[in-house]
Amino acid sequence: MMDKNVGALDDTGTARRKFLAGIAGAAGLSIAPGVALFSFAEAKDKTGPVSSKVRWGMLIDTLKCADGCNDCVSACFKENGIGSTGRPDTDPQWIRKIEIRNPKTDREISLPMMCQHCADPPCVDVCPTGASFKRADGIVLVDKHTCIGCRYCMMACPYQARSFVHENLTNQKTDVPRGKGTVESCTLCVHRVDKGGTPACAEACSDTAGKAILFGDLNDPKSEISKRVGKFASHQVRSDLGLDPGVRYRGI
Amino acid sequence: METKFIYRQLQGDEKKYYFLLCLVGLVVLIGAISAYYMETNGHHVTGMNNHVVWGMPHVFAIFLIIAASGALNVASISSVFGKTLYKPLARLSGLLSIALLVGGLVVLVLDLGRPDRLIVAMTTYNFKSIFAWNIYLYTGFLAIVVIYLWMMLERRMNHLTKTVGIVAFIWRLALTTGTGSIFGFLVARQSYDAAVFAPLFIAMSLSLGLAVFIVILAIASAADNRPLGAYIVTNLGKLLGIFVAAVLYFVLVQHLTNLYATEHHGVELFILLEGGIYTGLFWVVQITIGGILPLFLLLYPRLGNVKLNIYLAAGCVIIGSFAQLYVIIIGGQAYPLVLFPGMEVTSSFFDGVVRSYSPSLPEILLGIGGVSVAVLIIMIGLKALRFLPTSLEDSTTDPDFESVT
Repeated sequence: MMDKNVGALDDTGTARRKFLAGIAGAAGLSIAPGVALFSFAEAKDKTGPVSSKVRWGMLIDTLKCADGCNDCVSACFKENGIGSTGRPDTDPQWIRKIEIRNPKTDREISLPMMCQHCADPPCVDVCPTGASFKRADGIVLVDKHTCIGCRYCMMACPYQARSFVHENLTNQKTDVPRGKGTVESCTLCVHRVDKGGTPACAEACSDTAGKAILFGDLNDPKSEISKRVGKFASHQVRSDLGLDPGVRYRGI
Repeated sequence: METKFIYRQLQGDEKKYYFLLCLVGLVVLIGAISAYYMETNGHHVTGMNNHVVWGMPHVFAIFLIIAASGALNVASISSVFGKTLYKPLARLSGLLSIALLVGGLVVLVLDLGRPDRLIVAMTTYNFKSIFAWNIYLYTGFLAIVVIYLWMMLERRMNHLTKTVGIVAFIWRLALTTGTGSIFGFLVARQSYDAAVFAPLFIAMSLSLGLAVFIVILAIASAADNRPLGAYIVTNLGKLLGIFVAAVLYFVLVQHLTNLYATEHHGVELFILLEGGIYTGLFWVVQITIGGILPLFLLLYPRLGNVKLNIYLAAGCVIIGSFAQLYVIIIGGQAYPLVLFPGMEVTSSFFDGVVRSYSPSLPEILLGIGGVSVAVLIIMIGLKALRFLPTSLEDSTTDPDFESVT
């Protein structure tokens, strides 16, 4: 009787254990994809969260920048999937070459102009929805999901660095999402920088042209850019506005 | 002498009214189709580009928005400043301000790159942006004016008219300050970045809003065969004269300040002398037709007493204000940004070059659509509710009328 009872208890216990194991297995199976997805999403961030200890910037040496050389522009367009539609007025231009001539001395220089990644960006100030934002590491970006396309940031940018997507887009790069009816500008190739790389323009310039574009962390005293900024006089375009751009120029 | 005014809905020829209503509705529809065309194809079908980023829709939108805040002034003068002569006009004043603001906002929203994200604009704010403030200022204004109208239309609430009127008056000053500051707060551009834009826009709103009010009052009265005496019209005319003078004063201050600062000589030379279409619009349309001519018509002793001259002057002010906004908005962007002062610059992105802008048909139709939305609201309002007094004859408005006759 006793044994029978124990056996019965055992049977029940085994059944319960099986049942619980089954439930646990099913539960595991159902949440596993979610956990996996979450860990994939987490894994994307290899370098850890963006920190204000870093201030990404560029030093552009106009003494090395060749007149007529367009390598940085071509590299940027290729990297970010920017194509011409044959309508220069509305074509996006994240980076452009400006030729400058002093009419009094005839001195001529050439330099690339793009988003200057200001410490106090006017485009961020004026954006009604907060779509224009500055990351902790100084990179100024547009959130394509909250940009309503009012173009107030384009009115506010002193460098005319922003473009509005005037027409439908095709063949977008997966790393660089863009959207018709929203505003965009140089991202400092954030998709590369976050993986430890350098912006395409800086890379193109160091490969072929005169190594005029130096990219690096302005906050790191050991970085090449900090050393050079510390050694040579550099200039921020429209420094009168006090915006503290992350892009510095030498020789202007 | 307290005259009792009787307010009535439009009572004229119904057939004519509905025909006109359909006609205006059709123009609204054309505007909507234009907006749809712009959105589906992208903004490259407009004249706007990466340099002149705000175009004709913005001229129309801001024109309607500042007219809206100015149109309310007639009601403010009556209920805030206690001028009883304007009391019979106060209801119409409220209706116009709502209609014009809605018309302006429709254009502004439909020109957005992503008008479908209006909900984002209404829920996600960056409070450092004057645009975000304006969203509150505009919607708040609509709500306050609706309450204001309720106080005026509902006899039991009449005693609160003054209180709500004061709130509305302060709010409208804030609203136009906000609109002017859209430009005043732009540090980057040579032609903006000036505190004077806030008072300039307030002066413009007073003058344009009153001009629109006079024209609508005249048209509505004539269309519904309601007498409109010379006394009240000339009185509005004198007020308009003062507002036109105020606008000219602020324009003078704006340009004199810029002319004093060497860094702004380039942009001043552009607008005042070498800007082609913008220089022409400034001197001929804005200053001469929109300023000096109406001033003459309104304030010159014998001319200012003729109703037709007041209407003519109001029409001139409307045209002049439109030109003024065109010069401010488009002209201000056409002048290139100065990145390297004193240098000659060239680039593939048209640095250093005066940008051309020619508005395309869809964006003009969108703007006209916005005006039609305003007209539609006014027409429906006048037909549905008692906004307009049956008579504004001199015998009812002029306190000295009896002694004259």
